[in-house]
Amino acid sequence: MSDNEKLHTFVLYVENQPGVLNRVASLFRRRAYNIESLAVGHTERPGISRMTIVAGISEGAAHRVEANLYKLVNVLSVEDVTHVTTIGRSVALVKVEAPDEARHRLMEIARVFRARVVDLAPNSMIIEITGTEEKIRALEDLLRPFGILEMVRTGQVVMTRGVKRARARQGESLSADPGDSDVSHSV
Amino acid sequence: MTKTGAEIIWECLERLGVKVVFGYPGGAILPTYDAMTRYSVHHVLVRHEQGGTHMADGFARAGGGVGVAIATSGPGATNMVTGIATAMLDSSPIVCITGQVGSKLIGSDAFQETDITGITLPITKHNYLVTRAQDIAASLREAFHIAASGRPGPVLVDITKDAQNSSCEFDWDAAAPKVRRMEPVHFPKPDALERALALINEAQRPVILAGHGIILSGAMREAMQFSEKASIPVAETLLGLGGFPASHPLSLGMMGMHGEAWVNTAIQESDLLLAFGMRFDDRVTGNLKTYAPTAKKIHIEIDPAEINKNVRVDVPLIGDLREILQHLLPGVKATDRGAWLAYIDSLKTDSAVRDIQNLPDSGHLYAAHVIHDLWRATNGDAVVVTDVGQHQMWEAQYYHHEKPRTLITSGGLGTMGFALPAAIGAKFARPDAEVWVVAGDGGFQMTMPELATIVQEKIAIKIAIINNGYLGMVRQWQQFFYDGRYASTPIISPDFAKLAEAFGIQGMSVRTRAEVGPALEAARNNPGPALIDFHVEQEDSVYPMVPAGADLHNMIRRPSPLVEKGSDV
Repeated sequence: MSDNEKLHTFVLYVENQPGVLNRVASLFRRRAYNIESLAVGHTERPGISRMTIVAGISEGAAHRVEANLYKLVNVLSVEDVTHVTTIGRSVALVKVEAPDEARHRLMEIARVFRARVVDLAPNSMIIEITGTEEKIRALEDLLRPFGILEMVRTGQVVMTRGVKRARARQGESLSADPGDSDVSHSV
Repeated sequence: MTKTGAEIIWECLERLGVKVVFGYPGGAILPTYDAMTRYSVHHVLVRHEQGGTHMADGFARAGGGVGVAIATSGPGATNMVTGIATAMLDSSPIVCITGQVGSKLIGSDAFQETDITGITLPITKHNYLVTRAQDIAASLREAFHIAASGRPGPVLVDITKDAQNSSCEFDWDAAAPKVRRMEPVHFPKPDALERALALINEAQRPVILAGHGIILSGAMREAMQFSEKASIPVAETLLGLGGFPASHPLSLGMMGMHGEAWVNTAIQESDLLLAFGMRFDDRVTGNLKTYAPTAKKIHIEIDPAEINKNVRVDVPLIGDLREILQHLLPGVKATDRGAWLAYIDSLKTDSAVRDIQNLPDSGHLYAAHVIHDLWRATNGDAVVVTDVGQHQMWEAQYYHHEKPRTLITSGGLGTMGFALPAAIGAKFARPDAEVWVVAGDGGFQMTMPELATIVQEKIAIKIAIINNGYLGMVRQWQQFFYDGRYASTPIISPDFAKLAEAFGIQGMSVRTRAEVGPALEAARNNPGPALIDFHVEQEDSVYPMVPAGADLHNMIRRPSPLVEKGSDV
């Protein structure tokens, strides 16, 4: 990520079809934006998947990425939720070295983080944590001295707070310019 | 009604109004070719699939409809890539249908298998891999809709051989394009229109930048009314030429890298730029940091992704240009901008002195003379299809286009070899029009086998080759920016006149200006195709020129005749 780039979070509704992920990813690839995190899954609507994409992009370019994403035929809606109040979560499983003398402290840490021990073996344990990026990173930092054997993380999923569904009114916030209300869109 | 997938393809094409397709058969598309004989669509056998895509492109640009190209899998499909990218960059609506190996063989490196939907993903508006007969009709109908709607572009439909062979119930109505999402209403809010009008009515030195969008949206009349009502001069992009009549007193001519000095100077000194369906390409802006520094910018554009892409604009108006101009027009005040127009006019004098057309005949044949004489001979009414390079710029400078869709050229991608096949497509779209190819000796050699297509189809295309023995535009860059080291730019050509004769086409060679007129007349009087090989000055350059990335006002000017006498400053 270069200096003027910052992490942007996009929420997309897409048709659940072969190749759609490739089309979306290709748009980032073409412009050499690195995708930091990606989560895709089914939604409450059959045949429609929801993607949460986090990528490092400059502010000006983010609006064009949004507009370009919306040009993809299989993309039903796009919203850049970077500047919206959201709940963001990801899940991590951390396998950490756990000899007898360390177990108590590890479980103490897990408890403080409201993480769960989901596997206990003679010399290791797996801790499952759900939370924000910051929380997971904090746990990771605390566990590192014990010896992290393996770690896996899901991409971040994000939901805006309140009643409004992300881009419930499709096309609504697809504007040419930040804070530019010159562009009206249908409901 | 049960039909095979192959029959459904033709049935759909017929119902979509397709009269002609440009294609080349092969293994994976054979079922479709077999079914073709039972349908009315005319098939033009091309000599290379790239040619087929350019023909579809030329057909679309000349006629305004959707062009169709067909090829087989593997190499047939990959040969289409350049033509598809050309159509993508110039927003040209074409549909490419490719055969694909059987669905069970996909991914097995079967003979002539290639992942063409993967390959064309970034150069199509959309593409489809169709593996079942029952999906063909919906895919094709949607493909045509997508190609032609909004900002037009190419769509590829890849259909497996088993989908072509198998049968299913054909239901045209059920295959209608689905509304899958709400399209943004491409129309600006009233306050944005008002802000735009305020800028327009206050401006002292406005310039309209007329792009391809004028032609694509059919906004020629509205643009002219707008310009005339507000007395605003109009500069055109390469693809915008013909969208505003060149002879109109308010037409400045082409802007950008090879635009006339007065056009670029007017843009640089303007206080308001009105971008009508253009995208501030690097070829028209030069250095973005110094581009029109004192100008406010209003950008009328159908594609939201173009807004603020290259140039930061003050008022973006997203939508169909024609509709937006119709809404703006009543609010545009008739304003006297005589001083501004007179100032621009005063800039022209100097350029006129330097123009080759105004210099005495030195006995040499210059490309500018050929283009000028062609323009005179055809009364500016021909559909001119140009290739890419110096001749393309000279054509843009010296052939004055009055009507839309009379200049067809590869602007965005700059595809050499475009002209001849695109002209074939243009002729099918406008069979009554006089169609001229203007190509360089380099680009022409890239796709010249399509001469055989002309003969096989018995169509009367006229061809002017501007032959200078160099890849001229590259040579010019080598002269200006690489100390004249002509690395691989001298190029040998066959005797094009003899070559034409070998294809059964009238061929002529011209070496002096006196021969130009008679040769053009002979070609025009020939009811069939004709080719003229114009041997022009070899190391002539296109002026003026804004070096790539330089400030738009820092042009390399035409050498003044006074310079040669040593008395110019």
